[in-house]
Amino acid sequence: MAAFLEVAGLHASYGPTRVLHGIDFAMDEGTITTLLGANGAGKTTTLRALCGMVKMQGEVKFAGERIDGKATEDVVRRGIAHVPDGRGTFVYLSTEENLRLGAYTRKDRDAVEADLERVYGYFPRLKERREQQAGTLSGGEQQMLAVSRALMLRPRLMLLDEPSFGLAPLIVQELFQILRAVNEREKVSMLVVEQNAAMALELADHAYLIETGRVVLSGTAAEIRSNDAVRRSYLGY
Amino acid sequence: MDAFLHQVLAGLATGGIYASLALALVMIYQATHLVNFAQGEMAMFATYFAWSLINAGMPYWPAFLLTVVFAFVLGVVIERVIIRPVENAPVLAIVVVFIALLVILNSVTGWIFTYTIKVFPSPFPAEPIFGRYITSHGGGAIGVTMVVLLLLYLFFRFTPLGLAMRAAAQNPDSARLVGIRVGWMLALGWGLAAAIGGVAGMMVAPIVFLDPNMMGGVLLYAFAAALVGGIDNPAGAVFGGFLVGVLENVLGAFVIGNELKLAVALVLIIGVLVVKPSGIFGKVLVTRV
Repeated sequence: MAAFLEVAGLHASYGPTRVLHGIDFAMDEGTITTLLGANGAGKTTTLRALCGMVKMQGEVKFAGERIDGKATEDVVRRGIAHVPDGRGTFVYLSTEENLRLGAYTRKDRDAVEADLERVYGYFPRLKERREQQAGTLSGGEQQMLAVSRALMLRPRLMLLDEPSFGLAPLIVQELFQILRAVNEREKVSMLVVEQNAAMALELADHAYLIETGRVVLSGTAAEIRSNDAVRRSYLGY
Repeated sequence: MDAFLHQVLAGLATGGIYASLALALVMIYQATHLVNFAQGEMAMFATYFAWSLINAGMPYWPAFLLTVVFAFVLGVVIERVIIRPVENAPVLAIVVVFIALLVILNSVTGWIFTYTIKVFPSPFPAEPIFGRYITSHGGGAIGVTMVVLLLLYLFFRFTPLGLAMRAAAQNPDSARLVGIRVGWMLALGWGLAAAIGGVAGMMVAPIVFLDPNMMGGVLLYAFAAALVGGIDNPAGAVFGGFLVGVLENVLGAFVIGNELKLAVALVLIIGVLVVKPSGIFGKVLVTRV
Protein backbone atom coordinates (compact mmCIF):
# COMPACT_ATOMS: atom_id res chain seq x y z
CA MET A 1 0.00 0.00 0.00
CA ALA A 2 1.27 3.41 -0.93
CA ALA A 3 1.87 5.82 1.91
CA PHE A 4 -0.57 8.66 2.65
CA LEU A 5 2.11 11.27 2.22
CA GLU A 6 5.26 10.37 0.36
CA VAL A 7 8.13 12.78 -0.14
CA ALA A 8 11.08 11.86 -2.33
CA GLY A 9 14.19 13.86 -3.16
CA LEU A 10 12.84 17.19 -1.91
CA HIS A 11 15.19 20.04 -2.79
CA ALA A 12 14.58 23.68 -2.03
CA SER A 13 16.59 26.86 -1.90
CA TYR A 14 16.18 30.51 -0.99
CA GLY A 15 17.94 32.32 -3.81
CA PRO A 16 21.41 30.82 -4.11
CA THR A 17 21.28 29.25 -0.65
CA ARG A 18 20.25 25.62 -0.81
CA VAL A 19 18.32 24.56 2.25
CA LEU A 20 17.02 21.09 1.45
CA HIS A 21 19.30 18.54 -0.15
CA GLY A 22 16.96 15.70 -0.99
CA ILE A 23 14.60 14.96 1.87
CA ASP A 24 12.81 11.59 1.80
CA PHE A 25 10.08 10.56 4.17
CA ALA A 26 6.64 9.00 4.26
CA MET A 27 3.73 8.79 6.63
CA ASP A 28 0.58 6.70 6.94
CA GLU A 29 -2.95 8.02 7.21
CA GLY A 30 -4.13 8.74 10.72
CA THR A 31 -0.67 8.94 12.22
CA ILE A 32 1.32 11.76 13.75
CA THR A 33 4.80 12.17 12.38
CA THR A 34 7.33 14.64 13.64
CA LEU A 35 10.33 16.21 11.94
CA LEU A 36 13.03 17.00 14.45
CA GLY A 37 16.16 19.02 14.02
CA ALA A 38 18.11 22.04 15.16
CA ASN A 39 17.58 25.62 14.01
CA GLY A 40 18.20 25.94 10.30
CA ALA A 41 18.00 22.23 9.61
CA GLY A 42 15.24 22.81 7.06
CA LYS A 43 12.13 21.72 8.96
CA THR A 44 10.06 24.83 8.28
CA THR A 45 11.23 24.89 4.68
CA THR A 46 10.09 21.29 4.28
CA LEU A 47 6.58 22.18 5.41
CA ARG A 48 6.55 25.28 3.24
CA ALA A 49 7.71 23.25 0.25
CA LEU A 50 4.93 20.69 0.78
CA CYS A 51 2.28 23.32 0.31
CA GLY A 52 3.88 25.22 -2.50
CA MET A 53 5.10 28.23 -0.54
CA VAL A 54 8.72 27.87 -1.66
CA LYS A 55 10.10 26.74 -4.98
CA MET A 56 11.10 23.09 -4.82
CA GLN A 57 12.23 20.12 -6.82
CA GLY A 58 11.37 16.52 -6.03
CA GLU A 59 8.27 14.46 -5.75
CA VAL A 60 5.43 14.86 -3.25
CA LYS A 61 2.55 12.42 -3.35
CA PHE A 62 -0.52 13.00 -1.21
CA ALA A 63 -3.24 10.34 -1.12
CA GLY A 64 -1.86 8.87 -4.33
CA GLU A 65 -1.75 12.17 -6.22
CA ARG A 66 1.27 14.29 -7.14
CA ILE A 67 0.97 17.68 -5.45
CA ASP A 68 4.47 19.05 -6.03
CA GLY A 69 4.48 22.24 -8.08
CA LYS A 70 0.84 22.93 -7.28
CA ALA A 71 -0.18 26.38 -6.05
CA THR A 72 -0.71 26.73 -2.30
CA GLU A 73 -4.45 27.32 -2.80
CA ASP A 74 -4.77 24.04 -4.69
CA VAL A 75 -2.81 22.07 -2.12
CA VAL A 76 -5.13 23.45 0.56
CA ARG A 77 -8.16 22.44 -1.47
CA ARG A 78 -6.94 18.83 -1.33
CA GLY A 79 -7.31 18.88 2.45
CA ILE A 80 -3.91 19.93 3.72
CA ALA A 81 -4.07 22.59 6.42
CA HIS A 82 -0.88 24.41 7.39
CA VAL A 83 -0.47 26.00 10.81
CA PRO A 84 2.38 28.28 9.85
CA ASP A 85 5.42 29.50 11.63
CA GLY A 86 4.37 32.75 13.36
CA ARG A 87 0.73 31.61 13.41
CA GLY A 88 -0.39 33.64 10.39
CA THR A 89 -3.17 35.39 12.28
CA PHE A 90 -5.32 37.85 10.35
CA VAL A 91 -4.68 40.44 13.04
CA TYR A 92 -7.28 43.02 12.02
CA LEU A 93 -10.11 40.50 11.74
CA SER A 94 -12.13 39.09 14.61
CA THR A 95 -11.45 35.68 16.08
CA GLU A 96 -14.56 34.27 14.47
CA GLU A 97 -13.75 35.79 11.09
CA ASN A 98 -10.36 34.09 11.29
CA LEU A 99 -12.09 30.79 11.93
CA ARG A 100 -14.59 31.27 9.12
CA LEU A 101 -11.74 31.93 6.74
CA GLY A 102 -10.38 28.51 7.63
CA ALA A 103 -13.50 27.03 6.07
CA TYR A 104 -13.33 29.36 3.04
CA THR A 105 -13.04 26.55 0.49
CA ARG A 106 -15.87 24.49 1.96
CA LYS A 107 -19.34 24.55 0.47
CA ASP A 108 -21.20 22.70 3.28
CA ARG A 109 -22.43 25.78 5.19
CA ASP A 110 -24.34 23.92 7.89
CA ALA A 111 -21.42 21.65 8.71
CA VAL A 112 -19.20 24.74 8.98
CA GLU A 113 -21.48 26.17 11.68
CA ALA A 114 -21.29 22.86 13.53
CA ASP A 115 -17.51 22.79 13.18
CA LEU A 116 -17.30 26.29 14.59
CA GLU A 117 -18.97 25.04 17.76
CA ARG A 118 -16.73 21.97 17.69
CA VAL A 119 -13.50 23.99 17.74
CA TYR A 120 -14.98 26.30 20.39
CA GLY A 121 -15.50 23.07 22.33
CA TYR A 122 -11.79 22.34 22.08
CA PHE A 123 -10.81 25.93 22.86
CA PRO A 124 -13.51 27.61 24.99
CA ARG A 125 -11.24 30.65 25.38
CA LEU A 126 -11.67 31.43 21.70
CA LYS A 127 -15.41 31.45 22.09
CA GLU A 128 -15.12 34.06 24.83
CA ARG A 129 -13.06 36.16 22.46
CA ARG A 130 -15.01 35.51 19.26
CA GLU A 131 -15.72 39.20 18.54
CA GLN A 132 -12.30 40.40 19.61
CA GLN A 133 -9.73 41.62 17.10
CA ALA A 134 -7.42 38.63 16.67
CA GLY A 135 -4.25 40.72 16.89
CA THR A 136 -5.07 41.47 20.51
CA LEU A 137 -5.15 37.80 21.54
CA SER A 138 -2.27 36.48 23.60
CA GLY A 139 0.37 34.31 21.98
CA GLY A 140 -1.17 31.13 23.32
CA GLU A 141 -4.62 32.15 22.17
CA GLN A 142 -3.31 32.99 18.72
CA GLN A 143 -1.70 29.56 18.50
CA MET A 144 -5.01 27.99 19.47
CA LEU A 145 -6.65 30.17 16.83
CA ALA A 146 -4.15 28.99 14.22
CA VAL A 147 -4.82 25.35 15.05
CA SER A 148 -8.57 25.96 15.08
CA ARG A 149 -8.45 27.80 11.78
CA ALA A 150 -6.70 24.78 10.28
CA LEU A 151 -9.31 22.44 11.78
CA MET A 152 -12.08 24.48 10.14
CA LEU A 153 -10.89 23.14 6.79
CA ARG A 154 -11.76 19.62 7.99
CA PRO A 155 -8.27 18.68 6.87
CA ARG A 156 -7.03 15.20 6.09
CA LEU A 157 -3.52 16.28 6.95
CA MET A 158 -2.36 19.04 9.24
CA LEU A 159 1.09 20.56 8.97
CA LEU A 160 2.09 22.13 12.27
CA ASP A 161 5.11 24.41 12.38
CA GLU A 162 6.49 24.76 15.91
CA PRO A 163 3.14 24.75 17.70
CA SER A 164 4.93 25.10 21.04
CA PHE A 165 6.95 28.16 20.05
CA GLY A 166 6.81 30.96 22.60
CA LEU A 167 4.16 29.33 24.77
CA ALA A 168 4.19 28.65 28.49
CA PRO A 169 4.78 24.97 29.33
CA LEU A 170 1.28 24.50 30.72
CA ILE A 171 -0.31 25.87 27.57
CA VAL A 172 1.93 23.68 25.43
CA GLN A 173 0.72 20.65 27.32
CA GLU A 174 -2.90 21.65 26.91
CA LEU A 175 -2.38 22.24 23.21
CA PHE A 176 -0.64 18.92 22.64
CA GLN A 177 -3.41 17.07 24.48
CA ILE A 178 -5.94 18.62 22.19
CA LEU A 179 -3.87 17.75 19.12
CA ARG A 180 -3.75 14.16 20.33
CA ALA A 181 -7.51 14.15 20.87
CA VAL A 182 -8.16 15.60 17.41
CA ASN A 183 -5.93 12.94 15.89
CA GLU A 184 -7.68 10.12 17.71
CA ARG A 185 -11.27 11.30 17.36
CA GLU A 186 -11.20 12.77 13.91
CA LYS A 187 -8.43 10.70 12.35
CA VAL A 188 -6.62 13.82 11.19
CA SER A 189 -3.06 12.95 10.20
CA MET A 190 -0.44 15.38 11.45
CA LEU A 191 3.05 16.32 10.43
CA VAL A 192 4.62 18.27 13.27
CA VAL A 193 7.84 20.25 13.15
CA GLU A 194 9.26 20.91 16.58
CA GLN A 195 12.31 22.11 18.41
CA ASN A 196 10.87 20.80 21.62
CA ALA A 197 11.89 17.23 20.81
CA ALA A 198 10.70 15.70 24.07
CA MET A 199 7.16 17.01 23.62
CA ALA A 200 7.07 16.11 19.96
CA LEU A 201 8.24 12.54 20.57
CA GLU A 202 5.58 12.12 23.22
CA LEU A 203 2.92 13.19 20.74
CA ALA A 204 4.15 11.46 17.59
CA ASP A 205 4.03 7.90 16.32
CA HIS A 206 7.00 8.32 13.98
CA ALA A 207 9.91 10.68 13.83
CA TYR A 208 12.49 11.82 11.32
CA LEU A 209 15.63 13.63 12.31
CA ILE A 210 16.76 16.30 9.85
CA GLU A 211 20.26 17.74 9.82
CA THR A 212 21.35 20.40 7.31
CA GLY A 213 18.66 19.57 4.81
CA ARG A 214 18.84 15.78 4.91
CA VAL A 215 17.06 13.04 6.82
CA VAL A 216 19.72 11.37 8.98
CA LEU A 217 17.59 9.13 11.14
CA SER A 218 14.07 7.74 11.19
CA GLY A 219 11.96 5.36 13.20
CA THR A 220 9.09 5.09 15.60
CA ALA A 221 8.95 7.73 18.29
CA ALA A 222 10.06 5.17 20.87
CA GLU A 223 13.09 4.13 18.82
CA ILE A 224 14.16 7.71 18.24
CA ARG A 225 13.72 8.56 21.90
CA SER A 226 16.02 5.74 22.95
CA ASN A 227 18.68 6.61 20.38
CA ASP A 228 21.76 7.76 22.25
CA ALA A 229 22.78 10.50 19.84
CA VAL A 230 19.27 11.98 19.79
CA ARG A 231 19.05 11.77 23.56
CA ARG A 232 22.29 13.69 24.00
CA SER A 233 21.78 16.30 21.27
CA TYR A 234 18.05 16.93 21.29
CA LEU A 235 16.62 15.70 24.56
CA GLY A 236 19.54 16.89 26.64
CA TYR A 237 19.99 14.17 29.21
CA MET B 1 -26.22 81.99 7.34
CA ASP B 2 -28.25 80.84 4.35
CA ALA B 3 -25.25 81.18 2.10
CA PHE B 4 -23.12 79.27 4.57
CA LEU B 5 -25.60 76.40 4.80
CA HIS B 6 -25.79 76.34 1.05
CA GLN B 7 -22.02 76.05 0.76
CA VAL B 8 -21.85 73.31 3.37
CA LEU B 9 -24.48 71.20 1.61
CA ALA B 10 -22.89 71.76 -1.77
CA GLY B 11 -19.63 70.72 -0.14
CA LEU B 12 -21.21 67.53 1.13
CA ALA B 13 -22.39 66.74 -2.38
CA THR B 14 -18.95 67.04 -3.96
CA GLY B 15 -17.49 65.57 -0.77
CA GLY B 16 -19.42 62.38 -1.40
CA ILE B 17 -17.79 62.16 -4.80
CA TYR B 18 -14.34 62.70 -3.28
CA ALA B 19 -15.22 60.11 -0.65
CA SER B 20 -16.06 57.53 -3.32
CA LEU B 21 -12.84 58.09 -5.18
CA ALA B 22 -10.85 58.18 -1.93
CA LEU B 23 -12.41 54.85 -1.05
CA ALA B 24 -11.29 53.45 -4.39
CA LEU B 25 -7.76 54.65 -3.65
CA VAL B 26 -7.84 53.14 -0.17
CA MET B 27 -9.07 49.77 -1.46
CA ILE B 28 -6.10 49.43 -3.75
CA TYR B 29 -3.77 50.88 -1.16
CA GLN B 30 -4.82 48.33 1.45
CA ALA B 31 -4.14 45.43 -0.88
CA THR B 32 -0.93 46.67 -2.50
CA HIS B 33 0.36 49.63 -0.44
CA LEU B 34 0.35 51.67 -3.60
CA VAL B 35 -1.69 54.70 -4.61
CA ASN B 36 -3.21 54.22 -8.04
CA PHE B 37 -2.59 57.54 -9.76
CA ALA B 38 -4.66 56.34 -12.71
CA GLN B 39 -7.80 55.92 -10.58
CA GLY B 40 -9.20 59.25 -11.76
CA GLU B 41 -8.52 58.62 -15.43
CA MET B 42 -10.12 55.18 -15.18
CA ALA B 43 -13.20 56.89 -13.77
CA MET B 44 -13.08 59.49 -16.53
CA PHE B 45 -12.84 56.79 -19.20
CA ALA B 46 -15.85 54.98 -17.72
CA THR B 47 -17.79 58.26 -17.70
CA TYR B 48 -17.11 58.68 -21.42
CA PHE B 49 -18.46 55.18 -21.90
CA ALA B 50 -21.65 56.25 -20.11
CA TRP B 51 -21.80 59.40 -22.24
CA SER B 52 -21.58 57.28 -25.42
CA LEU B 53 -24.41 55.04 -24.27
CA ILE B 54 -26.64 57.97 -23.33
CA ASN B 55 -25.78 59.74 -26.57
CA ALA B 56 -26.77 56.60 -28.48
CA GLY B 57 -30.20 56.90 -26.93
CA MET B 58 -30.00 54.64 -23.89
CA PRO B 59 -31.96 55.90 -20.85
CA TYR B 60 -29.82 57.20 -17.98
CA TRP B 61 -30.12 54.47 -15.36
CA PRO B 62 -29.53 51.46 -17.64
CA ALA B 63 -26.50 53.32 -19.01
CA PHE B 64 -25.41 53.98 -15.42
CA LEU B 65 -25.57 50.28 -14.50
CA LEU B 66 -23.90 49.16 -17.71
CA THR B 67 -21.12 51.67 -17.05
CA VAL B 68 -20.58 50.31 -13.55
CA VAL B 69 -20.20 46.83 -15.05
CA PHE B 70 -17.93 48.18 -17.77
CA ALA B 71 -15.74 49.96 -15.21
CA PHE B 72 -15.54 46.79 -13.11
CA VAL B 73 -14.41 44.74 -16.09
CA LEU B 74 -11.97 47.48 -17.10
CA GLY B 75 -10.47 47.40 -13.61
CA VAL B 76 -10.13 43.64 -13.59
CA VAL B 77 -8.56 43.58 -17.04
CA ILE B 78 -6.10 46.37 -16.18
CA GLU B 79 -5.01 44.46 -13.07
CA ARG B 80 -4.66 41.15 -14.88
CA VAL B 81 -2.94 42.44 -18.00
CA ILE B 82 -0.96 45.49 -16.89
CA ILE B 83 -0.42 45.39 -13.12
CA ARG B 84 0.04 41.63 -12.62
CA PRO B 85 3.29 41.39 -14.61
CA VAL B 86 4.90 44.15 -12.51
CA GLU B 87 3.46 42.90 -9.21
CA ASN B 88 6.88 42.17 -7.75
CA ALA B 89 8.69 45.03 -9.42
CA PRO B 90 10.20 47.85 -7.33
CA VAL B 91 7.73 50.49 -6.15
CA LEU B 92 9.04 53.14 -8.53
CA ALA B 93 8.50 50.85 -11.52
CA ILE B 94 4.88 50.36 -10.52
CA VAL B 95 4.41 54.08 -9.97
CA VAL B 96 5.70 54.64 -13.50
CA VAL B 97 3.17 52.07 -14.75
CA PHE B 98 0.38 53.94 -12.93
CA ILE B 99 1.45 57.24 -14.45
CA ALA B 100 1.72 55.63 -17.88
CA LEU B 101 -1.78 54.29 -17.43
CA LEU B 102 -2.98 57.78 -16.51
CA VAL B 103 -1.38 59.35 -19.59
CA ILE B 104 -2.51 56.57 -21.93
CA LEU B 105 -6.13 56.63 -20.77
CA ASN B 106 -6.14 60.41 -20.96
CA SER B 107 -4.79 60.57 -24.49
CA VAL B 108 -6.76 57.61 -25.81
CA THR B 109 -9.92 59.30 -24.57
CA GLY B 110 -8.87 62.56 -26.16
CA TRP B 111 -8.14 60.71 -29.39
CA ILE B 112 -11.50 58.93 -29.47
CA PHE B 113 -13.76 61.67 -28.13
CA THR B 114 -11.66 64.82 -28.76
CA TYR B 115 -10.79 67.29 -26.01
CA THR B 116 -13.92 69.35 -26.58
CA ILE B 117 -15.81 69.82 -23.33
CA LYS B 118 -19.11 67.96 -23.32
CA VAL B 119 -22.26 68.30 -21.26
CA PHE B 120 -23.03 65.24 -19.17
CA PRO B 121 -26.63 64.82 -18.04
CA SER B 122 -27.73 64.52 -14.44
CA PRO B 123 -30.42 61.94 -13.70
CA PHE B 124 -32.01 64.34 -11.26
CA PRO B 125 -34.48 67.07 -12.26
CA ALA B 126 -33.35 70.66 -12.73
CA GLU B 127 -35.86 72.16 -10.28
CA PRO B 128 -34.84 71.79 -6.63
CA ILE B 129 -36.47 68.79 -4.95
CA PHE B 130 -34.46 68.71 -1.72
CA GLY B 131 -35.36 72.18 -0.49
CA ARG B 132 -33.78 75.50 -1.36
CA TYR B 133 -30.32 74.93 0.09
CA ILE B 134 -29.13 72.23 -2.28
CA THR B 135 -29.49 71.47 -5.96
CA SER B 136 -31.29 68.29 -6.98
CA HIS B 137 -28.09 66.93 -8.44
CA GLY B 138 -26.19 67.68 -5.25
CA GLY B 139 -28.76 65.91 -3.09
CA GLY B 140 -29.01 63.04 -5.55
CA ALA B 141 -25.23 62.65 -5.65
CA ILE B 142 -25.17 62.41 -1.85
CA GLY B 143 -27.87 59.73 -2.05
CA VAL B 144 -26.02 57.75 -4.71
CA THR B 145 -22.80 57.97 -2.71
CA MET B 146 -24.59 56.73 0.40
CA VAL B 147 -26.06 53.77 -1.47
CA VAL B 148 -22.62 52.85 -2.85
CA LEU B 149 -21.04 53.11 0.59
CA LEU B 150 -23.78 51.03 2.18
CA LEU B 151 -23.52 48.31 -0.46
CA LEU B 152 -19.75 48.19 -0.04
CA TYR B 153 -20.04 48.00 3.72
CA LEU B 154 -22.54 45.15 3.52
CA PHE B 155 -20.39 43.35 0.96
CA PHE B 156 -17.17 43.55 2.95
CA ARG B 157 -18.75 43.00 6.32
CA PHE B 158 -21.22 40.19 5.67
CA THR B 159 -20.29 38.16 2.60
CA PRO B 160 -17.68 35.37 2.52
CA LEU B 161 -16.16 36.91 -0.61
CA GLY B 162 -15.84 40.28 1.11
CA LEU B 163 -14.17 38.62 4.07
CA ALA B 164 -11.80 36.77 1.74
CA MET B 165 -10.87 40.04 0.03
CA ARG B 166 -10.11 41.66 3.36
CA ALA B 167 -8.05 38.65 4.38
CA ALA B 168 -6.12 38.64 1.10
CA ALA B 169 -5.32 42.33 1.47
CA GLN B 170 -4.11 41.96 5.05
CA ASN B 171 -2.11 38.80 4.96
CA PRO B 172 -1.68 37.24 1.51
CA ASP B 173 0.38 34.30 2.79
CA SER B 174 -2.19 33.23 5.35
CA ALA B 175 -4.95 33.85 2.84
CA ARG B 176 -3.35 31.37 0.44
CA LEU B 177 -3.08 28.89 3.31
CA VAL B 178 -6.84 28.89 3.73
CA GLY B 179 -7.30 28.43 0.00
CA ILE B 180 -8.08 31.99 -1.10
CA ARG B 181 -6.94 32.80 -4.64
CA VAL B 182 -5.15 35.99 -3.70
CA GLY B 183 -4.37 37.07 -7.26
CA TRP B 184 -8.06 37.05 -8.16
CA MET B 185 -8.96 38.92 -4.99
CA LEU B 186 -6.59 41.69 -6.10
CA ALA B 187 -8.19 41.76 -9.54
CA LEU B 188 -11.61 41.89 -7.93
CA GLY B 189 -10.42 44.77 -5.74
CA TRP B 190 -9.30 46.66 -8.84
CA GLY B 191 -12.65 45.94 -10.44
CA LEU B 192 -14.58 47.23 -7.44
CA ALA B 193 -12.37 50.31 -7.12
CA ALA B 194 -12.86 51.08 -10.81
CA ALA B 195 -16.62 50.61 -10.49
CA ILE B 196 -16.77 53.03 -7.54
CA GLY B 197 -14.64 55.44 -9.52
CA GLY B 198 -17.06 55.11 -12.43
CA VAL B 199 -19.95 56.14 -10.20
CA ALA B 200 -17.92 59.06 -8.89
CA GLY B 201 -17.13 60.10 -12.47
CA MET B 202 -20.77 60.01 -13.52
CA MET B 203 -21.77 62.03 -10.46
CA VAL B 204 -19.10 64.70 -10.88
CA ALA B 205 -19.37 65.06 -14.66
CA PRO B 206 -22.61 67.14 -14.60
CA ILE B 207 -20.82 69.58 -12.26
CA VAL B 208 -17.37 69.87 -13.84
CA PHE B 209 -18.45 68.90 -17.39
CA LEU B 210 -17.02 66.01 -19.33
CA ASP B 211 -13.50 66.33 -20.66
CA PRO B 212 -10.46 64.08 -20.50
CA ASN B 213 -8.88 66.16 -17.74
CA MET B 214 -11.96 66.44 -15.58
CA MET B 215 -10.72 64.09 -12.86
CA GLY B 216 -7.37 65.77 -12.25
CA GLY B 217 -8.65 68.05 -9.50
CA VAL B 218 -11.06 65.45 -8.16
CA LEU B 219 -8.27 62.90 -7.75
CA LEU B 220 -6.22 65.46 -5.86
CA TYR B 221 -9.12 66.11 -3.48
CA ALA B 222 -9.70 62.38 -3.12
CA PHE B 223 -6.03 61.87 -2.34
CA ALA B 224 -6.23 64.59 0.31
CA ALA B 225 -9.39 62.96 1.68
CA ALA B 226 -7.73 59.54 1.91
CA LEU B 227 -4.72 61.01 3.68
CA VAL B 228 -6.80 63.08 6.09
CA GLY B 229 -8.88 60.08 7.11
CA GLY B 230 -5.97 57.65 7.15
CA ILE B 231 -4.95 55.98 3.92
CA ASP B 232 -5.45 52.51 5.40
CA ASN B 233 -8.91 53.22 6.78
CA PRO B 234 -11.97 53.05 4.46
CA ALA B 235 -14.31 54.76 6.93
CA GLY B 236 -11.69 57.44 7.53
CA ALA B 237 -11.35 58.04 3.80
CA VAL B 238 -15.09 58.52 3.49
CA PHE B 239 -15.10 60.97 6.39
CA GLY B 240 -12.10 62.70 4.85
CA GLY B 241 -13.96 62.99 1.56
CA PHE B 242 -16.90 64.80 3.09
CA LEU B 243 -14.59 66.97 5.19
CA VAL B 244 -12.49 67.99 2.21
CA GLY B 245 -15.63 68.71 0.18
CA VAL B 246 -17.05 71.01 2.83
CA LEU B 247 -13.73 72.72 3.59
CA GLU B 248 -13.04 73.32 -0.06
CA ASN B 249 -16.45 74.87 -0.62
CA VAL B 250 -16.66 76.96 2.51
CA LEU B 251 -13.09 78.23 2.31
CA GLY B 252 -13.49 78.81 -1.42
CA ALA B 253 -16.65 80.84 -0.95
CA PHE B 254 -15.78 82.91 2.11
CA VAL B 255 -12.05 82.89 2.77
CA ILE B 256 -9.65 82.29 -0.09
CA GLY B 257 -11.86 82.57 -3.15
CA ASN B 258 -12.65 80.00 -5.81
CA GLU B 259 -9.37 80.40 -7.68
CA LEU B 260 -7.36 78.98 -4.80
CA LYS B 261 -9.72 76.10 -3.93
CA LEU B 262 -7.39 73.40 -5.19
CA ALA B 263 -4.71 74.73 -2.88
CA VAL B 264 -6.88 73.57 0.03
CA ALA B 265 -6.24 69.99 -1.06
CA LEU B 266 -2.50 70.56 -1.35
CA VAL B 267 -2.32 72.27 2.03
CA LEU B 268 -4.25 69.40 3.59
CA ILE B 269 -1.99 66.80 1.99
CA ILE B 270 1.17 68.51 3.19
CA GLY B 271 -0.34 69.34 6.58
CA VAL B 272 -1.41 65.78 7.27
CA LEU B 273 1.90 64.34 6.12
CA VAL B 274 3.79 66.72 8.39
CA VAL B 275 1.57 66.70 11.48
CA LYS B 276 -0.06 63.28 11.57
CA PRO B 277 1.08 61.01 8.72
CA SER B 278 -1.33 58.24 9.71
CA GLY B 279 -4.34 60.54 9.29
CA ILE B 280 -7.16 61.15 11.75
CA PHE B 281 -8.28 57.53 11.82
CA GLY B 282 -5.02 55.87 10.80
CA LYS B 283 -4.77 52.35 12.08
CA VAL B 284 -3.31 51.97 15.52
CA LEU B 285 -3.13 48.31 16.38
CA VAL B 286 -2.17 46.96 19.74
CA THR B 287 -0.50 43.63 19.25
CA ARG B 288 0.44 41.24 21.98
CA VAL B 289 3.21 38.79 21.35
